[in-house]
Amino acid sequence: MSQHDCDCATVQQVATGDRAILPKGAKTIPIYVMGKRYEVPETLTIMKAMEYAGFKFLRGAGCRGGICGACPTVYRKEGDYKLHFGLACQTVVEPNMYLAQIPFYPANRASYDIEAIEPVAESVHALYPELFRCVACNNCTKACPMGVQVLDYISAIKQGDIARAAHLSFDCIQCGLCASRCMGELPQYHIAQLVRRIYGKYIQPKAEHLRKRVQEIESGKYDAMLENLQKMDKAQLEKLYKEREREPDMAPLGTWMPKDTQYL
Amino acid sequence: MGYTPEMKELIKRVEATRPERVEKARRGEHFPALTLEERAVVLEKFHPDYQKEGRVALRVGPDKGLVVPQEIARVLESKSMLKHDKVDLSKPDFDYDVLIVGAGGAGSSAALMASQEGLNVLMVTKLRHGDANTMMAEGGIQGATQECDSPFYHYMDTIGGGHFTNQPDLVAALAHDAPLSIAWLESLGMMFNKLPDGRLDVRHFGGSSRKRMHSAGDMTGAEIMRVLRDEVRNRRERITVMEFTPAVEILLDEEGKCGGAILYNMETREFFICRARAVVIATGGNGRLHIKGFATTNHYGATMDGVVMCYRAGVGTTCMPSTQYHPTGVAYPEQNVGLLITEKVRGLGAHVLNIDGEQFCFPLEPRDVESAELIKEATEKKKAVITPTGRFGLWLDSPMIDLLHGEGTVRRELPAKFIQFDRHGIDISKEPMLVYPTLHYQNGGTAINADCETVVPGLFSAGECTGGLHGENRLMGNSLQDVITFGRRAGVSVARYLAKGVVVKKLTLDHVRKFEEELAQAGVENPIVAPILLPDYSTEEVTSRRLAEAVQEAE
Ligand SMILES: Cc1cc2nc3c(=O)[nH]c(=O)nc-3n(C[C@H](O)[C@H](O)[C@H](O)COP(=O)(O)OP(=O)(O)OC[C@H]3O[C@@H](n4cnc5c(N)ncnc54)[C@H](O)[C@@H]3O)c2cc1C
Ligand code: FES
Repeated sequence: MSQHDCDCATVQQVATGDRAILPKGAKTIPIYVMGKRYEVPETLTIMKAMEYAGFKFLRGAGCRGGICGACPTVYRKEGDYKLHFGLACQTVVEPNMYLAQIPFYPANRASYDIEAIEPVAESVHALYPELFRCVACNNCTKACPMGVQVLDYISAIKQGDIARAAHLSFDCIQCGLCASRCMGELPQYHIAQLVRRIYGKYIQPKAEHLRKRVQEIESGKYDAMLENLQKMDKAQLEKLYKEREREPDMAPLGTWMPKDTQYL
Repeated sequence: MGYTPEMKELIKRVEATRPERVEKARRGEHFPALTLEERAVVLEKFHPDYQKEGRVALRVGPDKGLVVPQEIARVLESKSMLKHDKVDLSKPDFDYDVLIVGAGGAGSSAALMASQEGLNVLMVTKLRHGDANTMMAEGGIQGATQECDSPFYHYMDTIGGGHFTNQPDLVAALAHDAPLSIAWLESLGMMFNKLPDGRLDVRHFGGSSRKRMHSAGDMTGAEIMRVLRDEVRNRRERITVMEFTPAVEILLDEEGKCGGAILYNMETREFFICRARAVVIATGGNGRLHIKGFATTNHYGATMDGVVMCYRAGVGTTCMPSTQYHPTGVAYPEQNVGLLITEKVRGLGAHVLNIDGEQFCFPLEPRDVESAELIKEATEKKKAVITPTGRFGLWLDSPMIDLLHGEGTVRRELPAKFIQFDRHGIDISKEPMLVYPTLHYQNGGTAINADCETVVPGLFSAGECTGGLHGENRLMGNSLQDVITFGRRAGVSVARYLAKGVVVKKLTLDHVRKFEEELAQAGVENPIVAPILLPDYSTEEVTSRRLAEAVQEAE
């Protein structure tokens, strides 16, 4: 924890990649992985602490950045009755935590045809009738490591509000902790995925300018232009590159047009 | 938790210089940017891509003589997991039209298109479906969808950003297909950020002439990935997904066509022979090779497997020596190490400082130059902070942002970053962040054409594992577009290829035999076994206790 104090021969120990090291003077703490005690450096995440202890993950590690949902972990702390939930790649170890990873939790998923589905809540209810087994215990929301209001989106679906459910569930990383805690045995995250796709495809307004652009491209409008570009030498390209006009930052979308319109 | 008392002491030095720096910033005075000549010097000396040290010429294979980082050379100059003469290839365990290797954005798009064409698809992946770099992309995806934009400008921005080193046919394909890809994602039900009338919300980005960056909240990649994955799951009758079952070797047939791959169930340690009339390699990037010991933003399985397997099968690379480093990866707290801190922080005026709280560079140099300056300050000037886990860190003075733009700006403009650090007891509107360059993107990779074909018939590749599209420098938002455009193209190309009535002949690993003979002839000693599949993060102490030398194995 100091400046490299000299350029002499004492080589400063520097961590590389994701391999953690224990610099002089750093403290270790005991954690219990599935009941077995390991001493690990204090500031590490559960994931890196387990690796430090010698585990090599096969299951239970994906993105290592808190977004893929591969590493849900349940733990208790000594003398505390509460169950805690977290992502192993995001949660810092605490002394005397007893942890277990739940890399997979079975949850039924209903297949459907996105092209044929009727974009109404009844379609969702029909695919997932267990929705109505929800007893509103709120265990799902308490277990969510992303802070998603799971119970609220489930209630919105039951009430038929697809748009609200789509937005409320947007941060879901499908780790499955909600399903693992559900008294009504719902596969919340699969239902949320279905609802978001119905919203994105049928309820959110379509982009009209995109439809036009697709037509232009399919009609071959840009084919010759792109053909020409591929044949240009570097000097020609550089000249055109420098001449590009830049859409002003503050211009509202769809209002600005360049002076030179021959390449549009 | 927050900063340790020692670090808090160091922060006082940053606070001591802050008032004067803020005053200067208000007056519009900046730390001078480098001239083009000075840039060249610092890049030459400190950017990992330019350093001679740590780079070696490949001794074998289609790119023999090419100088690449030694971590890349190590996996390319490797031997197979299996002895080529001990594997019985005559009774394949599986038979499919197409085998797709890697279930990220590129693999999943290819699987969907191939299934649409009526093909039977097996998609194998190393971790779970979607445990991939695609899942991690936050920023957005490019596509010339606006009226003031066109594929022409997408082409220009991309090739200029790549210093005109890009492969033109790939850039043209990208610019042409990008709006089609966006429309495809919309039709699959992806929740794009839109204005109330349905217009796609788009933004500028480094190197853009038009607002072309589409997004879905600040988790664009995750939204793309989970929609594609959900659709793949709806097509179970055509697409079989096998998780934790990487491909470890490509199979050719006696005519030299690609005829499948050897698969490895990592959980049961069984191998399977998969015969397929075509193979698509979509295995993503190589951040987990930790070139020069750098941390990375990449997912756990980013170990360059696809490029390695293709190389052994005779397929060379494009732009392989070039790697994208992001200048500001998190250096502390340890749980976030390597993760990205967006350029926006510097865009809002935060200075980059050394251990004494002094500025040493202009904060908004191009990514490669900025990275080189940070590395210089740490390694040559020895003015970096060393974190409790022994990492280099330089300060990124985020509290300046509120001082410059008013209380609350940090929270408003950088909500995700604020929460991410707040979770660990650091209020980035009051305390600076510790940063260091991080490995972000594999610029180069397997050589392909615009139809995703390699030089081996029946062997296709798409996504981050391929090279040429971005040249030596990738623009933000072009790689998500890369994986959709070329993933889709791969699926369609495969169908076109198979429509010619391809029949796989006798399968062989003769290319592996030849490659390993070449290794021996070139004097490559103790080549490692690759693909390496997963990085090994065990400490030296643990490794030494495994008594590798002493352990006996039953014959
Ligand atoms: C943190 C981060 C932020 C990013 N932000 C952006 C952004 O804002 N915009 C943008 O355009 N790009 C961004 N990128 C880059 C972009 O996300 C990736 O380049 C792109 O998604 C790669 O997709 P892919 O399908 O080629 O590879 P991946 O998505 O990585 O998928 C490859 C898959 O193959 C699997 N695999 C690997 N080896 C094998 C094997 N031997 N056998 C079977 N399967 C295997 C992997 O495990 C993985 O599942 C970002 C990347 C990262 C890491
Ligand atoms: S490993 Fe992806 S969320 Fe933890």
